[in-house]
Formats: sequence, C-alpha cells, structure tokens
Amino acid sequence: MFTHDFVRNAYLAGTFIALACGTVGWLVVLRAQVFAGDALSHVAFVGAIGAAVLGLDERIGLFVATVAVAVGMSALGRRGEADDTSIGIMFAWILGIGILLITLLGTSSQGGNGIAATNALFGSIYALGPGASQIAAGVGLVVSLVLLAGLRPLVLCTLEGELAAVRGVPVRALGTLFLIALAVVAAESTQAVGALLLLGLIAAPAGAAHRLAIRPYRGLALSAAIAVGSTWGGLALSYEISSLPPSSAIIGLAAGCYAAAAVVARWRERPGRLVAR
Amino acid sequence: MNPTLSPNPLTDLNTLLQFPFMVNALEAGTIVAVTASVIGWYMVLRRQAFAGHTLSVMAFPGATGAALIGLPTSLGYYLACGAAALAMGRTSIPRSRSRVGETAAIGTVQTVGLAAGFLFLSLNHQVLGGPETLLFGTFLGINTGQVSALLVVALVTLAAVAIVARPLLISSIDPEAARARGVPVVLLDGIFLLLLGLAVAATSQITGALLVFALLVAPPAAAQRMTLRPGPGLVLSIALALGIVWIGLAAAYFSPYPPGFYMTSLGFALYLVVSLTRRARR
Repeated sequence: MFTHDFVRNAYLAGTFIALACGTVGWLVVLRAQVFAGDALSHVAFVGAIGAAVLGLDERIGLFVATVAVAVGMSALGRRGEADDTSIGIMFAWILGIGILLITLLGTSSQGGNGIAATNALFGSIYALGPGASQIAAGVGLVVSLVLLAGLRPLVLCTLEGELAAVRGVPVRALGTLFLIALAVVAAESTQAVGALLLLGLIAAPAGAAHRLAIRPYRGLALSAAIAVGSTWGGLALSYEISSLPPSSAIIGLAAGCYAAAAVVARWRERPGRLVAR
Repeated sequence: MNPTLSPNPLTDLNTLLQFPFMVNALEAGTIVAVTASVIGWYMVLRRQAFAGHTLSVMAFPGATGAALIGLPTSLGYYLACGAAALAMGRTSIPRSRSRVGETAAIGTVQTVGLAAGFLFLSLNHQVLGGPETLLFGTFLGINTGQVSALLVVALVTLAAVAIVARPLLISSIDPEAARARGVPVVLLDGIFLLLLGLAVAATSQITGALLVFALLVAPPAAAQRMTLRPGPGLVLSIALALGIVWIGLAAAYFSPYPPGFYMTSLGFALYLVVSLTRRARR
C-alpha cells in the first residue's frame, strides 16, 4: 500500500491535517463554537468555487474567503465570538453567493463545473500531489504548535472571561485569533476531506475527548489522537474497499469513536457508582 | 433571452405570470415562506440555528439514499430529517450538561449524515443531477403535484405549532420556570426538533438544502430585532419572508442569476439594516 506515491502523500497530508483538526476542535467544542466551524467550512467551499470562477489557484480562494469571514464573524459578535444568529445570517448569505458563483461557473467557458464543485464539497485526498501534501503538513503542524503555545490563555478566557480580562489577557483579540486559526484549518482540510465533511474531523474527535477527559492537555492529546487514528484507519479502509470514499470512511470512524465515548461516559456516570478520585 | 422589465408594473406582473412554472414557483415560495418563517421564529428564539442547519442538510443523504434503494425521493427526505431530529434530541436530553457537549453532538450528526450521503452517491453511479442541485435546489422546476403535497405538509406543521405554541414559547424562553409549572420541557424539545425536521424536509425538496436555511433564519432574526412580542413578531417574520421570496423570484425571472442568490442577499441586507438602525437609535 505504501509503495504508491499517492498513498504516501495522502498519509502525510492527512496526518497533520487531522492533528490540526483535533487540536483546534478540542478548543472549538470547549468554546461552543462548532457552528462557527460549520460556517467556515461552507465558506471554504464558496472560496474554492470563487477561485475557479476567477481562474485563480484553489488555495488562494480557500484562505482568503475563510479568513475574511472569520474576521467578519468576530467583528459582528461581542467578545470576539460570533453568536448563533449572526453566524446563521452571514452563513446563509455566503451560501447564496456560492449559488451565484456556481451559476457563473456553469455559464463560463471553463466548464468542469461538476468536478470542481464535488471536489470542494467532499475532498479528494488521494489526488493531492507531493507539493500540496507537504504544504498541508506544514500548515497543520504550525497551527497545532501555535494553539499549543496559546493553550493556557485560551482556556482561561473561555472558562473565566472576566478573570482573564482582569489579569490582562486580551480576550477579544484572542477570540479573533482563534477564529482565524480555525479558518486556516478549515481552508487547509477542505482539500483533504472536503468542505462538507471537515466539520466531522473537528467536532467528533473533540466531542469524544470532552466526554472522556476533563483536563486540558490530556483532552487535547486524546482529541488529536482520535482524529489522527480515524484518518489513518479511514485511508486504509478506503484503499482496501474501492467503492468507499476516503472522506466518508474517515468521518465514519471518527463518529464511531464519538458514539463509543458517549456510551463509556454514560456507563461511568451510571447511578449508584461511587465517584473515584 | 431573459424577459425585460417595462416601466409599467402591471405589464411586468403579466410577464411574470405567463408561464405555469413561474406560477408554481410563486405558490410554492409562498407556502415555504410562511412555514419557514413561523418555525424559524421559534428556532431563532431557542438559538437552535445550528440544529436547523443540520436538519436542512439532511436532505442530501435523504435524496441519495432513497435513490440508492429505489424509494421515492420525498420519503427519503422525511426519513433522513426525522432520524437526524431524533438523534439530536436524544443527545441533548441531559440539559444539566452544558452546551459544550451539545454542539459537538449536532456537528457529529451533521457530518455523519453528509458522509453517508456522499457514500450513497458514490455507490450509486447514476448521479442525481450533481450534488449542487440537491444543495441549492431547483426552484423553477416545480410541478402542481409538488405544490399540493407541500401545502398539506405545511398545514400539518403549522397546525402542530399552533397546538404547542404557548407551552413551546414558555419553555423556549425560560425552561426552568416552564418545568416548575409542569410543562413537559424535554418532550417539547423533541417535538420541536421533529416539527423543524418536517418543515425542512418538505421545503428543501423545492428550495434546496441551503436556501431553506436562509428563510429559516433571516426573516425571524430581523423580526426579533424589531419586536420582542410574539404575536406581532410572528406576523412581521411572515411578512418579511414573503417579501424576500416574492422579490427574489421576480428578480431571478428578469435576470440571469439564480433566485437563491437574491433571497439570501435580501435576507442579509434586511438583517444588517435592522441591526444598524437599532444600534443607531440607542
């Protein structure tokens, strides 16, 4: 299996994208911003289509669109976090622009509309070239390290916003920076698992980790481990079963971990059990 | 190619209504606008836009799954939305737990649905006009039978909302007080999600998975920025949604761009204007 270049590229990109998704996801779930992640992932799709309409490189469209919307959302909400309704409204509008762009793409001379759109929606990790996968790995690694470095102030201003402000933590700026990090992850992982499915890699491993572990570093490590494990397993599964798309396999495994974690957590909290520790 | 606007509004109206597909689109749009804005008013009040969006994308696995096993497409929509509503309701039952776990659960339900849809699509090679059509809808290809079916589902949904209107309102605003007064809050949560799923499944067959969400969130959010009273708020929300749908359809008819683009842009502009005037008034 690893004799093929495309498999090696997919594993290289997938590992670090999953690492970044697991890390950022743990914080996303803690901050209850999964909906923002969802919005950014759909924005990534619109960005990819926009780049195709303008004839630009897909990655430019992805990063410009997601980072711009992340900044916009944090400007709309208080404390640099966007609320449910303002995300929803902005989100719906961006999707409307997506419809317009798809129409424009369909009528333009370039054609190939269906393939570009399907790739952006569902990803094509096995089609990544060596250059693209090295960039993906680099971006994933950098985002993970940045988040790890900023973990303490981020957790503090999530759990105790007032206290963090009193201690001089720039709460609003951190909120915006965090959304930008989320945007970068969304843009990068769109190429691997696709705009519609990357939310699963952000939400499911992190949700499982939050059910199982409360301490920050342990939870973060668990979340990243589940994300990376699901990616490795999903890639191998879809290599063996040719009709199974890699992104569906990855999401399936991640969701399975979440369901298992929910069952374990319920069993641990079952009535009549003495609280250990 | 496109019909041109004339200075006389009556001539324009005649041009607009000369084709049956356009009449069907306007009828369907009216039904969708009323249903979505009523259900959406509660959705925005309960801050469940994320759940609403998740239900609206369930159209995708519903349609592809139904095509795979040979069921009617609309049945697939209802089954997928109902299953997702139940799955989300189940995970959010322990209300004492913070919203932390809840959003992760909704996100997981959503991607599982989409991943399943993608799997169905790749197993079934005869593509249903591409995934974009499923997501973005075909507002201008509706037949009379679909309009009648839509009307029935809309009436059922609205009747159900009317029955639970008051307890649902109380339990949305203050669940603790509602529970103290004996309102079955958990049951209402589940019922609301199922109703939302029903409305979304019916409307997304026509508007597409993504557009129904625009109608669910933009008009009610704008209405709630203008008034907090339930009665006028609901009426305002319906009126705004009707305006958005009618103007959007008419604009799309007279121009080469799709109705979804106009409707979402109108909704966004409306919300922006309302928010800004409110901020300026303070």
